[in-house]
Amino acid sequence: MEIFWYITIAVILAMFFILDGYDFGAGIIHLFFAKTEKDKEVIAKSAGLFWDSNEVWLVAGGGMLFMAFPTFYASVFSGFYLPLIIVLWLIMLRAIGLEFRNQFQFPMWKDIWDRSFGVSSLLLALFFGIALGNIVRGVNLGGVIKGTSLYESQYFFLPLWDSSFSPMCESPGVIDWFTIIIGFISVITLAIHGANWIILKTNSSINLNLKSLIFKLNIALTILTIVSLSVWKNINPEALDNFLEKPFFIIFPILYFSGIIGLFFIKKIKNDLVPFLLSSLLILGGITSSLASLFPVILPSTNDVNESLTIYNTTTSEYGLSVALNWVVVGLILLVIYFIVQKRMMSGKIDDMDYGH
Amino acid sequence: MEDMILYDRLQFAFTITFHYIFPQLTMGLSLIIVYFKGQFLRTQIEKYNDAAKFFMKIFAVNFTMGVITGIPMEFQFGTNWAKFSELTGGIIGQTLAMEGLFSFFLESSFLVLFIFGEKLMGPKLHFLTAFLVFLGSWASGYFILATNAWMQHPVGYEILENGKYVLKNFSALFSNPWLLPAFLHNQMASLVTSSFVVASIGAFYLLNKSHLEFGKLFLKTGVVFGLVSSLLVAFPTGDWNAKNVAKYQPAAFAAMEGIFETEHAGSEIVLIGQPNMVEKKLDNKIAVPNVLSFLTYQDWNKQILGMDRFPEEELPTNVPGLYYSYHIMVGLGTIFIGVMALAFFFLLRKKLFHIRPLLWGIMVLAPFAYIANITGWYVAELGRQPYLVYGLLQTSEGVSPTVSSGNTLFTLLGFIGLYILLGILFLVLVGKTIYKGPVVQNH
Ligand code: HDD
Ligand code: HEM
Ligand code: HEM
Repeated sequence: MEIFWYITIAVILAMFFILDGYDFGAGIIHLFFAKTEKDKEVIAKSAGLFWDSNEVWLVAGGGMLFMAFPTFYASVFSGFYLPLIIVLWLIMLRAIGLEFRNQFQFPMWKDIWDRSFGVSSLLLALFFGIALGNIVRGVNLGGVIKGTSLYESQYFFLPLWDSSFSPMCESPGVIDWFTIIIGFISVITLAIHGANWIILKTNSSINLNLKSLIFKLNIALTILTIVSLSVWKNINPEALDNFLEKPFFIIFPILYFSGIIGLFFIKKIKNDLVPFLLSSLLILGGITSSLASLFPVILPSTNDVNESLTIYNTTTSEYGLSVALNWVVVGLILLVIYFIVQKRMMSGKIDDMDYGH
Repeated sequence: MEDMILYDRLQFAFTITFHYIFPQLTMGLSLIIVYFKGQFLRTQIEKYNDAAKFFMKIFAVNFTMGVITGIPMEFQFGTNWAKFSELTGGIIGQTLAMEGLFSFFLESSFLVLFIFGEKLMGPKLHFLTAFLVFLGSWASGYFILATNAWMQHPVGYEILENGKYVLKNFSALFSNPWLLPAFLHNQMASLVTSSFVVASIGAFYLLNKSHLEFGKLFLKTGVVFGLVSSLLVAFPTGDWNAKNVAKYQPAAFAAMEGIFETEHAGSEIVLIGQPNMVEKKLDNKIAVPNVLSFLTYQDWNKQILGMDRFPEEELPTNVPGLYYSYHIMVGLGTIFIGVMALAFFFLLRKKLFHIRPLLWGIMVLAPFAYIANITGWYVAELGRQPYLVYGLLQTSEGVSPTVSSGNTLFTLLGFIGLYILLGILFLVLVGKTIYKGPVVQNH
């Protein structure tokens, strides 16, 4: 039962990163590469139409996490207090940017909100990667100093950084060199994903340049992936065990690498949907591989005093999980229906559409 | 520890108050939009369709603000109230997750289709999308109120030996006697807000002599919806809620009615007076004998317990706040009924559009509908103190054990700054939309 909920929530959150990921990525591309007003407008629109329906995946995933693994939710949300609230503020600034840029037609106004959309998309992508890095690295559960816990064993509190910026020090902060690497991987991945989305949804003048940009970003991504994998074992010595014990877990890294390899052929691919699917694969593979390397742990403890949080010691009652199964199945079916209806009605290039404005 | 709870509570109160400005309009307005779309389907008069689309613009801005300010609400359960989330997540997580899955998806998917898909869909399907948006927003209110109802009157739970609350009976969450009255009252109250907004935009157009035809339509619609909902919000739904409080939270009831001393027979109803917490009495009191007992129990002589009968630790922590919130809500509710009834009377006699003082009155009252809603929530939330889950879990036991007060104050200040910016942008945008007025289609 725990495993069912774990997978459901992981899939929902991965959907969030795939769906909202493209509009974060569009924001990054918008910030660095969109030059003409027409491109800026159409890119902002390609993100702006959908961000709120995409963000619902986060809300729904968060709600289910709350219900199924309340101890984990409480621990992680209070432990990462500051970074999470900063993420909230960034989400707001981004939304404001998207919603307000076209409300008035003077350049300065648009400039401000374009920046707010672009910069907050960039920082969010970075923070999401850092968050994943933190989960993989683990935290000082119970706030152990010199062998004694400051808090109950399932709680912790991380400062934004520790002055050494090292993931191996006694109580690492949210930002250290390892989590920063993962953060960069996330930024690059989402930038690729966003570029693919722009190519798919718009006729903007930079589409051709974007293809060669994706190619270059993909090289950078490959290098960073190799770097991160080579230090991974130092950060979390047990990271590979799961893959050895349960060989079918290898499928997740395979997804990731087939995404990367596929994207090297970006210039040859004619159908605009294919690269977008490849980068979706990349995101899905990246998230699932990281989770699989931990399973069934969901938050490793970096000290020897308190045990790691797992899907078993953070959950609620069996009864609660099984009644919720009934409604979640109904809900997910409905969700797939809405999703298909919406995507079918809104398919095609944004700038070709007449929305009746 | 003390300031920590204070900042956590202030932050929650501030962010939820701000959040609730938006859903109270969207929930009521979605119903009025369905009405306009329905009229269009029936009569084929373009005016109704233009009106529906105009209000959908205002709806969309409010919806976006609801989403932007709603996400922090969900996060805050974990960030600021971690202990509460850990202990009760298995229960309130059910209703909150259902809200996400069943209502937000519905509402947000079909809102996009409503706004951009009219030409693709034709009038019948377009009406359907409006209806689904309405359904989504009411479902969302329902699940939130189910969550809140459990905190006000916990049911269907079991406490494990490690202190965690787990669900024992799922359907009890929805047959909670607190839920239905609270939901109906809340929905009617949000309909009051949106009726006032619709009517006051109409009144504004008439006073400003612009968009006259729409001004009349909005005013008429707003007044009819407004009268019905103002009546329903007081009776039976408000009355029903008051009876529930008297039954399940008697200490809160005594405090909100301002009864310091238990009377021998029936209790008086307080109309005016200022709680004096030192001498434990009301200053400058004006009250009518025995009426409260009659309203609550239909018995002029039934005794109602005053605050003197409850131990200090069980009384709400902020008695004056609770008392004023309640009296402001009820007082405004009475004024709303009066003004709407008067407007309806002149509407029937076909004079309403020319009575400028009344038009002014309706316009000025619109913000007070928001105030009534917010004070209503303060009654509910302050009345629940000192408990987070009534009778079971104290507020001080629910906060995050590891987050220091410095961090909470920092984020509280951040939210205040950001929300001020957000509020200004929102007003500018809605002001612009109203000023421009509905776009008339010339087919
Ligand atoms: C337009 C807004 C509005 C108006 C005019 C009224 N209310 Fe109200 N009231 C609300 C808006 C509201 C609310 C914001 O919607 C609340 C908060 C919680 C809830 O479910 O509804 C509420 C709560 C609420 C409660 C508290 C329940 C609790 O403690 O949880 C009581 C006892 C009443 N109402 C009673 C009344 C009565 C007797 C009214 C007579 C006129 C009245 N209300 C008018
Ligand atoms: C489902 C709906 C709601 C839930 C689950 C909820 C939950 C909570 C929680 C957890 C707290 C913090 C603990 C406490 O001080 O008691 C709180 C406090 C508060 N809430 Fe709510 N709330 C809801 C709706 C609202 C709404 C709509 C408003 C107002 C518009 C509101 C106003 C407040 C206020 C003012 C406080 C602070 C109380 C105090 O200072 O003692 N709440 N609520
Ligand atoms: C503690 C209490 C609350 C929490 C945690 C909360 C959470 C949220 C969240 C996360 C959203 C954004 C949904 C999206 O992404 O589409 C939202 C929007 C919304 N909320 Fe709240 N909310 C709270 C209080 C309330 C209350 C008391 C009501 C009304 C009864 C309400 C009604 C709505 C509605 C109707 C929306 C949809 C957006 C809109 O129409 O404006 N919420 N809420």
